[in-house]
Amino acid sequence: MEKDRKISQTTDPASLSTRDMDIPLGPDVFKLDAARVKEIDIIEGDHMILNMGPQHPSTHGVLRLELLTDGEVCVKITPHIGYLHRCFEKIAESVPYNQVIPYTDRLDYLASMNNNLGFALAVEKLMGIEVNERVQTIRVIMAELNRIASHLVAFGTYALDIGAFTPFLYAFRERERIMDLFEDVCGSRLLYNYIWIGGLSHDLPPGWVEKCRDFCDYFPPNIDEYNSLFSFNQIFIDRTADVGVMNAEQAIAYGATGPNLRGAGVAWDLRKTEPYCGYETYDFDMCIGTGEKGTVGDCWDRYMVRIREMEQSTRIVRQALDRLPDGDVKEAIPKNFRKIPEGEVYMRTEAPRGELGFYVISDGTQIPYRVKCRANTFTSLSAVPEIAVGAMIADIVAIIGSIDIVLGEVDR
Amino acid sequence: MTTEELLKILQGKFPELTFELVATTPDSAIKVPAERIAEVATFLKDDPTLYFDYLMCLSAVDRKGSFEVVYHIHSMKHNHRSVLKVSLPGDKPQVPTVSHIWRTAEWHEREAFDLIGVEFVGHPDPRRILLPDDWVGHPLRKDYVMPEEYQGLKVAYNNLEDSPSRDWE
Repeated sequence: MEKDRKISQTTDPASLSTRDMDIPLGPDVFKLDAARVKEIDIIEGDHMILNMGPQHPSTHGVLRLELLTDGEVCVKITPHIGYLHRCFEKIAESVPYNQVIPYTDRLDYLASMNNNLGFALAVEKLMGIEVNERVQTIRVIMAELNRIASHLVAFGTYALDIGAFTPFLYAFRERERIMDLFEDVCGSRLLYNYIWIGGLSHDLPPGWVEKCRDFCDYFPPNIDEYNSLFSFNQIFIDRTADVGVMNAEQAIAYGATGPNLRGAGVAWDLRKTEPYCGYETYDFDMCIGTGEKGTVGDCWDRYMVRIREMEQSTRIVRQALDRLPDGDVKEAIPKNFRKIPEGEVYMRTEAPRGELGFYVISDGTQIPYRVKCRANTFTSLSAVPEIAVGAMIADIVAIIGSIDIVLGEVDR
Repeated sequence: MTTEELLKILQGKFPELTFELVATTPDSAIKVPAERIAEVATFLKDDPTLYFDYLMCLSAVDRKGSFEVVYHIHSMKHNHRSVLKVSLPGDKPQVPTVSHIWRTAEWHEREAFDLIGVEFVGHPDPRRILLPDDWVGHPLRKDYVMPEEYQGLKVAYNNLEDSPSRDWE
């Protein structure tokens, strides 16, 4: 009787394949090619295909997950990406180096400062530009503030995914203050185009340092509030501990970096292991997952690494504000980009979501020959089909949220 | 570990192959014969003194007439990194997959196939990843011509050649 309930019997696979060949069905969402029909044909028992997305509140963008389910349990997961593809690499090959910076803003749009920084550092390494202390310090401040803002969104939306609405409002309340700081410094609240090759677009406005210091005093007590409200809430722990375990080996094999790798218990942070912008001179701790509430590398660990990192980022910002030297922030910006040395560089930085790498090839002209963006969420998402197998459908939401993907960067 | 040192180790391990130092600045690379890349990669990953367990980035590059696949590899254990390159003919760019060695290569290779059109032999899931399945051509090739239409929709709404953003030329 069980076998009679094959999908193939409710819909004849032969008719499916003819329909596929004869009528163009438009978007690939509903298209079944021959291989897929064959796959459906072998589905037995209670297996069912469930499409999650492309528009789904928990996918943080436009992502389609094709779930093969057995009752409530996921047997196979196939992510379909590319809905937000905006040809970043193609555009980068057709504009001069300095004009690529605004496009990097739009990769991981929750951490635009970090994207600017990654690309600027890559080209600076290629051109052999040294920036002064003030530029480096302001870059560190911006990168860390943006890390806090980005982790706040990760925290707020994760709570939303799990079913708690209030933390989202708390997170955006604090994020708003960081957005205000960014607006004061460069006029934009989301896409900054602030860190330029060789310097910064603007110096800090008067009174900004004090405002930033106020934020550093105001923010840390809020983290305790998040923890008592949400992180150590038993319902939340039950939803996330021991769920979606990604161990260290899997994380490295799939190239999952940043909080996902540290959540798996690997002490790896590019700010410590491959320092740039003078990060080696700052005193901060690396946060790693320890399996406090369940297994090392579960959703709760990955989540908690982000919460703890916000505290460390505040520490870094404080130290940077204390040492902020004088200097001209536009001193090293090249007058034009006509004399770029030929060469290749792969520069990686620690963005909020992990290793952001730019592989830039220069052929000596003012336009990059090739720019490859190694997106951190792209590789992290590729691990999902492995770590989410055997999870409940509701846990898929918890897993995707804990990986913290931004589809703008996955699809580029 | 410098590229020269790694080159010496590889040459000692695979005496029958010719490795070549690509002295680009600031990152130099090692050119590996394309058809043996999977073996070389396996050795690099499994050897305890090298232990390149992490593939940072895999990129394909159109070199106008030929293709290149670039592997940026890193060892979490020893904290050293290196760059491997393979050169592929322009008419039939094919290279063995490394996705069974570094799992992250699976999506990177799909992307390289999608945008540049390099074929990875033995890839478990050789589909397009970013572009729609019925897209024609590989946009990151230097000789790529943008299609006029895609499924009845006009693709280029702005002629780049006339746009004021190209006034640097």
